[in-house]
Amino acid sequence: MAEFLSLHDAVARYVQDGSTVAMEGFTHLIPFAAGHEVIRQKKRDLTLIRMTPDLIYDQLIGAGCARKVIFSWGGNPGVGSLHRLRDAVEKGWPHPVEILEHSHAAMACAFEAGAAGLPMAVLRGYIGSELPSVNEQIRFIECPFTGERLAAVPSVRPDTSIVHAQKADRHGNVLIEGIVGVQKEAVLAASQSIITVEEIVDELDTHPNACVLPSWAIDAIAVAEKGALPSYTHGYYERDNRFYKKWDEIARDRDTFTQWLNDHVLNSAESAGGQV
Amino acid sequence: MGSEYTNSEMMTVTAARALENGTTCFVGIGLPSEAANLARLTHAPDVVLIYESGTLQTKPDILPLSIGDGELSDSALTTVAVPEMFRYWLQGGKVDVGFLGTAQIDRFANLNTTLIGDYREPKVRLPGGGGAPEIATSAGEVFITLKHSKRAFVKDVDFITTVGFGRDGKARDGVPNIGRGPSRVITDLCVMKPDPETRELVVVSLHPGVTREDVVEATGWEIRFVEQLETTPVPDENELSILRELKARTERAHSGQQE
Repeated sequence: MAEFLSLHDAVARYVQDGSTVAMEGFTHLIPFAAGHEVIRQKKRDLTLIRMTPDLIYDQLIGAGCARKVIFSWGGNPGVGSLHRLRDAVEKGWPHPVEILEHSHAAMACAFEAGAAGLPMAVLRGYIGSELPSVNEQIRFIECPFTGERLAAVPSVRPDTSIVHAQKADRHGNVLIEGIVGVQKEAVLAASQSIITVEEIVDELDTHPNACVLPSWAIDAIAVAEKGALPSYTHGYYERDNRFYKKWDEIARDRDTFTQWLNDHVLNSAESAGGQV
Repeated sequence: MGSEYTNSEMMTVTAARALENGTTCFVGIGLPSEAANLARLTHAPDVVLIYESGTLQTKPDILPLSIGDGELSDSALTTVAVPEMFRYWLQGGKVDVGFLGTAQIDRFANLNTTLIGDYREPKVRLPGGGGAPEIATSAGEVFITLKHSKRAFVKDVDFITTVGFGRDGKARDGVPNIGRGPSRVITDLCVMKPDPETRELVVVSLHPGVTREDVVEATGWEIRFVEQLETTPVPDENELSILRELKARTERAHSGQQE
């Protein structure tokens, strides 16, 4: 059964130094508040998995939390580069970060395979791409029935997955609406999970085919109001596109970034995401 | 006719016209998204637009800044999970056209969005593959749109993130269950198509006012031109006004956000 914890306690209990952690949310519902709590608790040597690292992993990488990043598209959507990710990869600041990159299709399949308890995912992927030459986790197999050559990647099995959602009921069942990404798969693929929510309600008031994660499939729920900002929560608040643009300037320079991190995360109480 | 337009508008309108009404199109963010939505708002009202965030048959009123903006989900027929999007809808063969942008493209229409330089010591690290590697092979065909420059149009890409026709033009030969690949490349100077034999990109149409020398200057290999070289039709008033309104709406929406 899901346990209601403070965000501080949830992160302290379920994220350890050296953990493999997936903080998912495909542009929507990115768990920034939880990411900031991980930074505040100075977790180190994390292997961070996420299809689109986005600003949240740029911040974690710049703050020195990451040892390795597994991803499939590492940019600031519609704006440009993730400067902290680039600085770590190109110049080793604040320390070198190993990267392992996939395509979206492969990572989505790998999350799904993880949720399904399989060791690997099979897809018709990477044909003609040179990604397999730089990522030894991309292999090819022959279909035993047709002989077709197909790509295989290991499933994603994080120690801990962290996602953000609209709401939980008082029993700890969680509703995710809008662009649902790979959040359900991420939670089911992980050994442990934390879900931050905008609010706790009496009834989820939903329909039979909604994306609902039952309480008994979740470890911890923490309320984090506006916990996805500067990304958005469908039905609650919009994406702060201006912050995404502004991040380009903040993250471009090590000093500006460090200042921002001190002011808005390290010396800030448990709070909403990336507001400036 | 005779209205003023920019090179960028010429590129977007030409790219939009490439999409036929009723086509199912998997849309990349940026220029492809602008062109696909212009098509939907002009000659192709029944074009089906799909974005990798899981939004099926979406009709955004403003252009999304990111691939997962709320506008895409709000205006979609339905929104599915990302694994379903890639497995059922793309890999399952439901997509006619993949519409992609890129940082670098070579003569065999291979795309590089991974890095400039050597993989272990990159000069410039780019975002990576995203949805493109499988869009390019699972969609029926692929349209590519980007601005023409010598930096972008190189003889051989530094890294093949997404295959066009491979290093030798033959990467798709004999491969089962693979799409036709890039069928046209639309830039702000011209339209290119792969040569039916060699698969090397050749110019089939020059935009009005553009010379062969302009294209040669902006291309990093010895670009060839077809014998029956055409002139790309100019944008009409309707296309230009709808495109400008779309961009103005988008600009207003993205700058009027909460702080």
